[in-house]
Amino acid sequence: MQFVNLAEAEKLNPLIPHTAELVVGFVAFSLLFIVLRSKVVPMFEKAFTERTNAIQGGMERAEQAQLEAQRALVQYNEQLSKAREEAQTLREEARVQGSAIIEELRTKAQEEAARITATAHASIEAERQQAITSLRGEVGALAVELASKIVGEALDDQARQSRVVDRFLDDLEKSK
Amino acid sequence: MRSLARLSAEGEGFVPPSSNDFNLPPIFGDNAYTTKPIFMVFFSVILISVFFIAASRKAAIVPSKLQFAGESIYAFVRNDLARDVIGHEFMRFVPYLFTLFTFILTNNIFGIVPLLQFPAMSRVSFPYVLAVFTFVIFHYVGIRKQGIGKYLKEIMFMPGVPKPVYILLTPIELATFFLVRPLTLSLRLFANMFAGHLLLLVFIMGGDHLFKGVIGLKLVSPFAFAFGIGLTFFEFMVQCLQAYIFTLLTALYIAGALADEH
Repeated sequence: MQFVNLAEAEKLNPLIPHTAELVVGFVAFSLLFIVLRSKVVPMFEKAFTERTNAIQGGMERAEQAQLEAQRALVQYNEQLSKAREEAQTLREEARVQGSAIIEELRTKAQEEAARITATAHASIEAERQQAITSLRGEVGALAVELASKIVGEALDDQARQSRVVDRFLDDLEKSK
Repeated sequence: MRSLARLSAEGEGFVPPSSNDFNLPPIFGDNAYTTKPIFMVFFSVILISVFFIAASRKAAIVPSKLQFAGESIYAFVRNDLARDVIGHEFMRFVPYLFTLFTFILTNNIFGIVPLLQFPAMSRVSFPYVLAVFTFVIFHYVGIRKQGIGKYLKEIMFMPGVPKPVYILLTPIELATFFLVRPLTLSLRLFANMFAGHLLLLVFIMGGDHLFKGVIGLKLVSPFAFAFGIGLTFFEFMVQCLQAYIFTLLTALYIAGALADEH
């Protein structure tokens, strides 16, 4: 109502712009545009770019780590299988060696047994020989003694004969 | 409006809100630069600048709540309006679209902010200024991109149309690009804010007036206030929507001027 300089029709018609407001609108909007463009937009863009980079970098790092882990796993598995193979080989070798040792020991034992048996045989033979030898001597002497006794006594009958032999044997036992 | 006026005038001399309520007097004397809408527009500029400078100052990778809030609005304009509509050249226009959106939105919302309660965009001068900016920008972009001859030719003679149709189409296209677009852009915003504010005035001033009336009218008055409050929420929606539409259309016009064929 105080726009005295404006026509009545203009006051009532809301579609007629006012110079002051046009100027202010232009200036205010331009000011805001300058501020936002120079101060705000670059900073937000910077934040966006940095965030994108950070996320991308993080993802790349994660990928790298995963690759590394994969490689390590493959390497580990390889080593494991190699170790298993080695263990298998060692076991095989040990088994072969063990059986060889057992075989060797058995052979040795058999040899030893054979040796011992042979020695025993030999000693038995020797003893037997010795016994035969001594027996032979003794039997000779005994035969001679017996013969002399038989000869010394008259051997008329069977009873006497057997008596003589019994006495001889008794003597023999006593003399032992 | 006139019938309503007569109806109330018969009662207790209720003066209904009219377009005169939008002609606010200067605060300091006769200086036309000291009206409430003008102060509000400057205030909005300061408010938006301070808020977004504070929000973007650190530009941290992990944003604070303030930065996140500012970024959300910026990203909305940048990605959902500029990038999706304009395409790969969008970054050049982000500052303008961002300014446009925040400026209109803030001034619109002032319409329902207690104490301020006046949408500056219901003063037609401000939408005019913004429409002129958009008008100049999208034509300038088109001319820069395609050369003035080709640009005008593409507007006037849309390719792939039978020749006789140009008799009809050429005036329509010319009017669309040079008259209808800036006018509808500004008037849509202005009329929405104007009508919304008027509606709120009707219900709230009407409720106030009813409350001063006889007992029967006193009982009706709360309904008027309730409606006023309901409409305030509705206004908020319209205010956001209008800011969005103005920015979206600007982006569309720019995209159209940048495209090789309309």
